[in-house]
Amino acid sequence: MQLTDKHREYWSKNLRLTSVLLAIWFVVTFVVIWYARDLNEFTLAGFPFAFYMGAQGSLIIYVAVIWYYARRMNQLDQEYGVHEGDD
Amino acid sequence: MANAISANAAFFNQLKKYYTLYTGGFIAFVIALAIFEQMGMSSQMLGYIFLAATIGLYAGIGVMSKTADVSEYYVAGRRVPAFFNGMATGADWMSAASFIGMAGTLYAAGYDGLAFVMGWTGGYVLVALFLAPYLRKFGQFTIPDFLGARYGGHLPRTIGVIAAIICSFTYVIAQIYGVGLITSRFTGLEFEIGVYVGLAGILVCSFLGGMRAVTWTQVAQYIILIIAYMIPVVWLSVNITGNPIPQVAYGQALQKVTAKEKELNDPTSVLGTAEMSVRAIHKEKAKEWGDKIKTLDDAVKAGNGAAFHAEQKGKVEQKLADLKAAPTPDAKAIVAAEKELKDFPANIDKLKAKWSGAEKGAKAKSGAIAAHAQPFSGKGAEKKLMKESADKGETPTPEAVAKAKAEDKKASDDKRNNFIALVLCLMVGTASLPHILMRYYTTPSVRDARKSVFWSLFFIFLLYFTAPALAVLAKYTVYHDLVGSSFSALPAWVQNWQAVDSTLMKIVDMNKDGLIQLAEITIGTDLIVLATPEIAGLPYVIAGLVAAGGLAAALSTAYGLLLTIAKALSHDVYYKMIDPHASTVRRLTVSKMLLLVVAILAAYVTSLKPGDILFLVGAAFSLAASAFFPALVLGVFWKRANYLGAVIGMLAGLGMCMYYMFMTYDFFGGVAANEWFAIKPISAGIFGLPAGFLGVIIGSLISKAPSQEITDLVDHVRYPNLESDINTNAA
Repeated sequence: MQLTDKHREYWSKNLRLTSVLLAIWFVVTFVVIWYARDLNEFTLAGFPFAFYMGAQGSLIIYVAVIWYYARRMNQLDQEYGVHEGDD
Repeated sequence: MANAISANAAFFNQLKKYYTLYTGGFIAFVIALAIFEQMGMSSQMLGYIFLAATIGLYAGIGVMSKTADVSEYYVAGRRVPAFFNGMATGADWMSAASFIGMAGTLYAAGYDGLAFVMGWTGGYVLVALFLAPYLRKFGQFTIPDFLGARYGGHLPRTIGVIAAIICSFTYVIAQIYGVGLITSRFTGLEFEIGVYVGLAGILVCSFLGGMRAVTWTQVAQYIILIIAYMIPVVWLSVNITGNPIPQVAYGQALQKVTAKEKELNDPTSVLGTAEMSVRAIHKEKAKEWGDKIKTLDDAVKAGNGAAFHAEQKGKVEQKLADLKAAPTPDAKAIVAAEKELKDFPANIDKLKAKWSGAEKGAKAKSGAIAAHAQPFSGKGAEKKLMKESADKGETPTPEAVAKAKAEDKKASDDKRNNFIALVLCLMVGTASLPHILMRYYTTPSVRDARKSVFWSLFFIFLLYFTAPALAVLAKYTVYHDLVGSSFSALPAWVQNWQAVDSTLMKIVDMNKDGLIQLAEITIGTDLIVLATPEIAGLPYVIAGLVAAGGLAAALSTAYGLLLTIAKALSHDVYYKMIDPHASTVRRLTVSKMLLLVVAILAAYVTSLKPGDILFLVGAAFSLAASAFFPALVLGVFWKRANYLGAVIGMLAGLGMCMYYMFMTYDFFGGVAANEWFAIKPISAGIFGLPAGFLGVIIGSLISKAPSQEITDLVDHVRYPNLESDINTNAA
């Protein structure tokens, strides 16, 4: 199976997207937990910030990250002609 | 292709129609029962009807979906639309622990309990980015299938099978336990009988139709469980805040809870003074338990632990005999003593565990309460020092204050580190549990697999981001309606649950002031979800609905797990290794027989009530993370990974994880002193994971690069569609 430059570009774009989204995941999870005691000094809509992130904020971001990944990758499939079928 | 797509669209519309009708029908059924309840139907009868109707429904779907086709049986014919696969994954994922226990854990632990909320949702980001699309492109039946094809040879597949069975089996026991508990609570059947009723429910559904039946049943179960979870919370939210969206409204409830916590901890307030008096009593009790445990330890050291155990048991027997011999026997006390004797710990170790639990409980209640939203509170050494000095009328030395502060900081940091370790293990474990990953084999395409992860997390998220709201609303109710009110006017729900099970709800007037103090209330974690309908003042039919939801959550997870084990044994072991020429009929027969055997074995183990279910669940995540994640992810993202790397990596991950558990968890005879960085054994995966990655990398680099065929396979899974592509879809 011979890969073209276009294929390689697709894969490197995928890797870049994956790293960016993974970084977001890392920040809203682990960085927020690490500084939770200090972040709780701020409030967001009446909630202590770190508590809000753990209970809801980070969850909303996880859902958004996966939604964006699916959308963007499905677009990239089309752009680089590696999509399955034509719906 | 265009035909296939329009067929898929038609199938989707058809499903949408069926499930809309089904949802409407289910709501009508609940309303009908509510009317029957008004007409005087007993609550036990309602419980039976709910149990029979829902299990009957699942059985019906199971029988309608029966199949003799391997691809249908293993991967539901690979035509489950993303949306419905998401719902099925949601039900597959959310276990009895999520449905019933989560809100209660958050109630008890506040911020520190959020590790489960984050861990069990954030893992799907890893599933989406690293696994689902690639596994779908690979498109066979099981996770060991991928390991076998990617790394070659029987060994990686075999290790995969063993790891899959270990984690799925420990997990399935917890589910069947949940089924037994719910069935027995709502119908009055014995726990052991409840387990077998649940088993029957599991078998009728999955036996005939495999993955196809399980998928369509899980969608139905998701609908029931989400309705059952939401109705009481929304109602409670309207009652307390006047806002029907609990996830938004609980902010103001949280502020009031925090203010109340301050008041309860303030010795100068009326409520605070009363709390202090109860806390002092708890402190005494903790000391009493401590002394008792000391005598027990001394007896064990002297070599007569068994005699000590017999003596303690004898005391209870004597008490029972005395009660029975009394001139006017107190029936209630006799029943209580009989129960005490029946539940008496079987041996000296269990007796010690029970006493230690009592000591810990009393100790926890003797201290100030931590604020709900406060992360990682320290152990209060500084406060204690200040108070003791103030009592003596002296000022503590700066060194003593610094030492106490350092102690608090260390306790707090340890909690934070454990929180992070647990979140990581739960997330990576989520992305490694075979029963979840195999769901992404069932979608029609890679594109749908990606969308399907989104729908999965969306449906899971609906429940998980509601649980923290429920916990706060329940806390608000307890702090405002119970604390400070009179014992002569206990709300009905408190009286009911106290009568049902004293481990779930218990209030004793310890300081005899006739008023309820927070430290006098004992609430079991399961109570929050189970009692919410009554707290919110809803009719009993909603309590029945909640039980049906819990049952749906437990059953759906059990299906997925049992099917995973049966598939690993019948497909990976029997078909791929023992008899590759087996006919379709034979393969399915073997699979069904194995499903039956594994299910009965699991029910049998559950009926023995093995200890510490929660630890087993956590252990399953750590084990799965350590064994699978490195080999799976590097298999896709690093072409150089090869056979030796996979073998060493999986063994190292699994080995490290198990070693750490054996060294530190008391059930296996380990001790906490062996812990590294004070990390608890439940998060053993934090050490297993790097061991696994290192193993794969080192093992691969010291042996020769994989063949062209294997690198072609990697390219094949990386691109959804390549010209002149090979086809690895198994039929």
